[in-house]
Amino acid sequence: MSTLTQETPGAVGTPADRAAGLGFARYLVVRFLLIIPTVLILVSLVFLLMRLTGDPISAAFGDRLTPDQLQAKLHQAGYDRPLLTQYLDYLRSLATGDFGRTVTDNQPVTHVLGTYGAATVELACYALLVALVIGVPLGMVAASYRDRAPDAVLRLFAILTYATPVFFVGLLLKLVFAIRLGWLPASGRASTGVQLFLQDQTSTTGVYLIDALRSGDGTAITDVLRHAVLPGLALGLLVAGVLLRLVRTNLIGTLSAEYVEAARSRGVAPLRLVTRHATRPALIPVVTVLGLQVAGLLGGAVLTETTFEWRGLGYELAHYLTVRDFPAVQGIVALFAVVVAVTNFLVDVVAALIDPRVRY
Amino acid sequence: MTDLLRIEELHVDFATDTGAVPAVRGVNLSVAPGEVLALVGESGSGKTVTARSVLGLLPDTATVRGRVLLGAGTSEPGEDVLTAPAARLRALRGTHAAMVFQEPSTALNPVFTIGWQLTEGLRAHGRGGSKAERRALAVDWLDKVGIPDPATRVDHYPHQLSGGQKQRAVIAMALALDTRLIVADEPTTALDVTVQAEILELLHRCRTDFGTAVLLITHNMGVVADLADRVAVMRAGQVVEQAPVRDLFAAPAHPYTRKLLAAVPHFGTGGRAGPQTADVQAQHVVRASGLVVDYPGRLGRKGFRAVDGVSFEIRPGEVLGLVGESGSGKTTIGRAIAGLTAVTGGQLELFGEPLTRNSRKPRTAGRIGYVFQDPATSFNPLLTIAESIAEPLVVHRRELGAQEIRAQAESLLEAVRLPRAYADRYPHELSGGQRQRAGLARALALRPRLLIADEPTSALDVSVQAKVLDLFGELQRELGFAALFVSHDLAVVEQVADRVVVLHRGRIAEEGPTSQVLGSPQDDYTRRLVAALPVPDPVRQARRQQHPVEEGVAGS
Amino acid sequence: MALVLARRLPLRLRTGAGVQRAMLLTGLVLTGLFVLTALLGPLLAPHGYAQLRDGGGLFGSQQHPSGAHPLGTTISGYDVLSRTVWGARTALLIIVVALLLSVVPGTVLGLVSGYLGGKLDRLLVGLADALYAFPPLLLAILMSLVISGGRSSLVGGLGAAACSVAVSFIPQYFRVVRAEVIRVKGEPFVDAARVIGTGPWRIMTRHVLRNSVRTLPLIFTINASEAILTLAGLGFLGFGIEPNSAAEWGYDLNRAVADVTAGIWWTAIPPGLGIVLTVLGTTLLGEGLTDLADPRLRRRTGAPTLPTDGGGDDD
Repeated sequence: MSTLTQETPGAVGTPADRAAGLGFARYLVVRFLLIIPTVLILVSLVFLLMRLTGDPISAAFGDRLTPDQLQAKLHQAGYDRPLLTQYLDYLRSLATGDFGRTVTDNQPVTHVLGTYGAATVELACYALLVALVIGVPLGMVAASYRDRAPDAVLRLFAILTYATPVFFVGLLLKLVFAIRLGWLPASGRASTGVQLFLQDQTSTTGVYLIDALRSGDGTAITDVLRHAVLPGLALGLLVAGVLLRLVRTNLIGTLSAEYVEAARSRGVAPLRLVTRHATRPALIPVVTVLGLQVAGLLGGAVLTETTFEWRGLGYELAHYLTVRDFPAVQGIVALFAVVVAVTNFLVDVVAALIDPRVRY
Repeated sequence: MTDLLRIEELHVDFATDTGAVPAVRGVNLSVAPGEVLALVGESGSGKTVTARSVLGLLPDTATVRGRVLLGAGTSEPGEDVLTAPAARLRALRGTHAAMVFQEPSTALNPVFTIGWQLTEGLRAHGRGGSKAERRALAVDWLDKVGIPDPATRVDHYPHQLSGGQKQRAVIAMALALDTRLIVADEPTTALDVTVQAEILELLHRCRTDFGTAVLLITHNMGVVADLADRVAVMRAGQVVEQAPVRDLFAAPAHPYTRKLLAAVPHFGTGGRAGPQTADVQAQHVVRASGLVVDYPGRLGRKGFRAVDGVSFEIRPGEVLGLVGESGSGKTTIGRAIAGLTAVTGGQLELFGEPLTRNSRKPRTAGRIGYVFQDPATSFNPLLTIAESIAEPLVVHRRELGAQEIRAQAESLLEAVRLPRAYADRYPHELSGGQRQRAGLARALALRPRLLIADEPTSALDVSVQAKVLDLFGELQRELGFAALFVSHDLAVVEQVADRVVVLHRGRIAEEGPTSQVLGSPQDDYTRRLVAALPVPDPVRQARRQQHPVEEGVAGS
Repeated sequence: MALVLARRLPLRLRTGAGVQRAMLLTGLVLTGLFVLTALLGPLLAPHGYAQLRDGGGLFGSQQHPSGAHPLGTTISGYDVLSRTVWGARTALLIIVVALLLSVVPGTVLGLVSGYLGGKLDRLLVGLADALYAFPPLLLAILMSLVISGGRSSLVGGLGAAACSVAVSFIPQYFRVVRAEVIRVKGEPFVDAARVIGTGPWRIMTRHVLRNSVRTLPLIFTINASEAILTLAGLGFLGFGIEPNSAAEWGYDLNRAVADVTAGIWWTAIPPGLGIVLTVLGTTLLGEGLTDLADPRLRRRTGAPTLPTDGGGDDD
C-alpha cells in the first residue's frame, strides 16, 4: 500500500537541505554509507521476526514428520544452535551472497531471486512509466487550475486511485477488458507459446520485452506488450495518484513563491511560469518523496502479481508464504529491503543533482 | 514632462473568511520621471498593497476599484493597469514599471542562474536579440549595478551571491528592461546596515545614471531622508500627508506624521539620560573572558565559530548594548549567558560564580530574565498570558500557592501597563507591542538581577518600539537590574545603553561608554557602521553623504 | 488543534470554497455511513457473516443476485450482501484498535526522542527510517505470521491483523511527532521556558507535546485509510481473518479472483466497493481537514496585509 503520510508537513527533510554546504562528493559518500545500517536493520528485523515464528523446518513439515525425524532435520540444518550463532552465520552468508536454500523445493534462494527478479523489475518499470506519464502532467494541470473544475476532477481521480486497492483495480480491469470485452489477456506475462519461444533464446535477460525485441519477432513483441498493459496500468495508477498529488501540492507551493511573483512582475507569461520557473524547484521534494514510494510500489507489486498471475518475486513471495517456506520468504524480503535502500540512495542523489545549492 | 504613474482613488478590499477587509481606501498618488517618491507607513497601513497594485500583482482575493495609470513619461499616463487585458498587462510589466522586492533571496529562483533569470525578462518582451546577445546584455547589466566579475557571476546561482549582490541582481533585472519606474518594496529592510548603504547608493545612481524614477515603500525614516524627493505618509489605507521630503521632516502637518517622526530614535542626539548607577567596585553580574562558542557541523560538515574570544563584563545596574550585523555573534552571546547555547571555550562568570557546563541550570535559573525578539512566537500559543507570566513562579516558587501566584502575575501585568483583563487572553489576541510588554513581565517575574533582551523591538513598528523602549527604561531605573541589550540598531542602543560592545564576525571591534563609542568611534568597522546608518533628517543625511567621516559622528 | 478545528469546521462548511466544501461534506457523509453500517451491521445484514443456510436450506454456491440474495452468493455459499455489511464492522474494529495500538507508543517515542536528542534519538531514527522504507504490507505479513502463524480465530485473527497494521504505523507517528517536536523545540517559547529553569519533563508535557500533535487528526484519517487497505491486502494474500471468524473484504476479494475469470462480477464488486467507499470517505475527510489546517494550501485566508504583528499597541 502506498502512503499518503509522506506529504505530511515536516515529516521529510529534503536531501538537498542535508547536503547543502557539505560538498557534493562528500555527501555522496556519506549518503552511500548510510545504506549499510538501513539494510542491516531491515535484514536483522526480518531474521528476528521469522525466527519468532519458529524454525522453518517445523513450519513447513511439522505436521508430516515424526518428532525424531524433525529433530534430525533440524540438527542437520543447524536450527538447534543458539539464535545468536544462527544470526551471525546468516549475516556472514548474506555478505557472501548466499541466501540459503528453500525448504519446500530445495533450491538456492538466489536462484529464485535470479529467475523471478527480472519479471518484477519489468512490471515496476511499466508501472513507473504509467505513473510518470499520467501523474506529472496532470499534477501540473491541477496546480495551474487550482480550485477550479479541472483541479477538482483531478484531485478526485488521485484520491480514487489511492482509495482503490490495487488488486481491486486489477480485478475490475480484468473483468472489463479481458473477460467482457476480450481485448487483452487476463493473466500471465506472455502466452505459453511465446513464453517457451523467449526462454529458448540464447542469452535471455528475463525481461520479456527486451528478450522479445532482441529476437525481433513481431508476434512475440505484441504478445508481451498486450500482457503488460493491464498489470502495468493497475500498479501504475496507484503510483500515478500519489505522484499527481505530490506534483500539485509542491507546484502550488512554488507558484506562490516570491521568485515566481518576481518573474511575473517582469512580464513572463503564465504558461512559462508554470513549466519553467515553478516546476524545477517543485521537483526536488517530489523526487525525494517518490523514492519513498518504492516501498509502496513493491508492496503493490506483490498484490498485482498475485492478481494477474504475473510470475515475479511478489507472486513467488505470496506462494512461499502460503507454504510456510521461510528461507525463501526471508530471502525475497531481504532483497526487497536492499532494493528499497539502494533506490532511496539513488533518488537522494538525483534530488541533490537537481538542486544547485548542493552541487556548488 | 508628465507623470509616469498616477494612482487615482484606489480602493482594495480582501475577501476573508470573516468578510471583506479593506486594505487601501481611496489613495491618490503620482510619480514624475526621475522622481523618488517614498511611501511610508507602519505595518497594515496598505503601502505594500498600493505598491503591488501598480504592477497588477494583487492576489485573486482582492477586489480593486479606482485607476492605476502607467505611462512612458512622454504623454499623459493612459494605460490603466487594473483594466488592461492580460497580454497588455504582461507587456507593461517590467517595461513601464518594475519591482524590487524586500527579500532578495526569495525573489530569486534558487535553481536557475542569475543570468538565466535576467534574460527571462528580456525574452518575455522579445528583446535583446539572440541568446548570446541576451547573455552579453545580462553581463553588461550586472556590471552596471556593481557586481564584481560579471562574466563569471552571470552563471552563478543565487545562493553563491551575498545578500547585497543578490539585491543588486534584482535591481539589474528591473533596469535591464529600460523601465522608467522602479517600485521598490522595502528594498533594504532585510539587509545589514552597511549593505543597506550600498544599495541606497545604487538606487541613487538609478536616478542619476539611468533617469529611473523610484516608488520607494519603506518604514525606515532614515532611508526616506536619504533617498526621497517627496514623501507620502500612509495610515490605515489612506494617505494622510504628502510633502517634499525636507518640508515633511521640518514641519510635519498631520498629527500622525508628527507622532511617527517623534517616535523615531534620532541617532546622534544624545544617549541615556541620568547618571550611571553602576558601582565600579561591586561584583560583576557577568564577566566573560576569552569566550568561544562553536556551532558543531552536522554530518561531517565543518563547524562554525560564532563567538571567537570575546571578553566583557556587565556591572550591577548597568545596561550593556551589544551591537553588530547579522552573523556577528551578538545573539549567541546572549544565549550563552542564559544557558541556551553551550559555551565551547573561555570563562563565563555569572554573579561571581563560574559557569560550567554542568552547573549552569541550578545556579542561574530564575536569576536571569530573557526577552525574545519575536513576541509572536515567544509565548506558548495554548497558554493564556497570565499562565505564561506565572510559569517562572510556578516552577520556582510553587510554595506561594495558586492564588498568590495569580495575584503576582496580575500585578506584573500592571507593572508593564497592561490591563488586568488581558490576563486571560491568549497570545494571538494581543498586538505585537502588547505581547512584548507581556514578555517583559514574564522576564521580570522573579525579579532577576540580569535581563537579557535580544532585539526586543526589531519586530515592532517604530511607534510601538518607542513605547516599549520607554517602558524598558522606566522599569530598569525602578528595579535596578543589569541588562544585556542586543540589537542591530545603533539608534536604539544609543538610547538605552550605558556602555556598548561592537561585535564584528565573532570578535569585539570596539568597547566603551555609549557616547564615546558611537560619538567618536576609533575602530574602522565601527566608523563604517556609524557612517552607514542613515539618519532620519534629510538635511543632516545630505551632509553626511558628502562628508561621511565627520558627519558620521554625533551631530550638534 | 481539535478545538481549533471544531471552531473552524462549521465556518468552513458554510463559507468555504465550493470544491473544498464538497470534498469535506462527501468525506463526512461517506465516513458517517461507514460508521453507521459498522455499528448497525447486525440489524442491516439479512444474514450472519458465516451463515450458509436458513429455513430454506443451503444458500447454494455462486448464485446470481435474486430476491433472496440481492447480491448473490459466494463460491463458498455465503450471502454477499451480508458479508459486505459485516465487513464494515471488521474494518472499523481494525481501524480503532490499530490506531490505539500505534498512536500512543509512536507519540511518546517521538516526543522523548525528539526533545532529548542524543544517541537514543539517533538509534530510534535509524530504526524508524529503516522500517519506514520497508513495504508496510510485507511488515504486516511478517507480523501476522509472528502473532498468529497467519490464521486463527476471531479475537486472535483480528488482534493479529490490528497489531500487524499498527506496527507499520508506529514509525509514521514517531516521525511526524518527532519532526514537530524538533520544530517546536526551536520555538522561542520553549527557550523561554528553559531560561526560566523549567525541567525537561514539564517542558515536554506542558509546552512541547500539545503544540506538536496538531497534525495528528489528519494522520488519523490517513492511517484509517491505510489500515483498511493493509488489512485488505493481508486478506487478499490469505493472511487475514478466517471467513467463519469475521467478514473481511480483502479475503472475499481473494476468493473472487477465480470468479472474475469466470465472468462472475457480483462476488468481487461489493466488497471492493466497500473498501473504495470507506477509504474514499476517510481520505476526503482528511483532505478537507488538511485544507482547513494548512494555511499554505488554503485560498481564501486572510489578506496578505491584515494588521497583525507590530500593528498598533492599543492602550
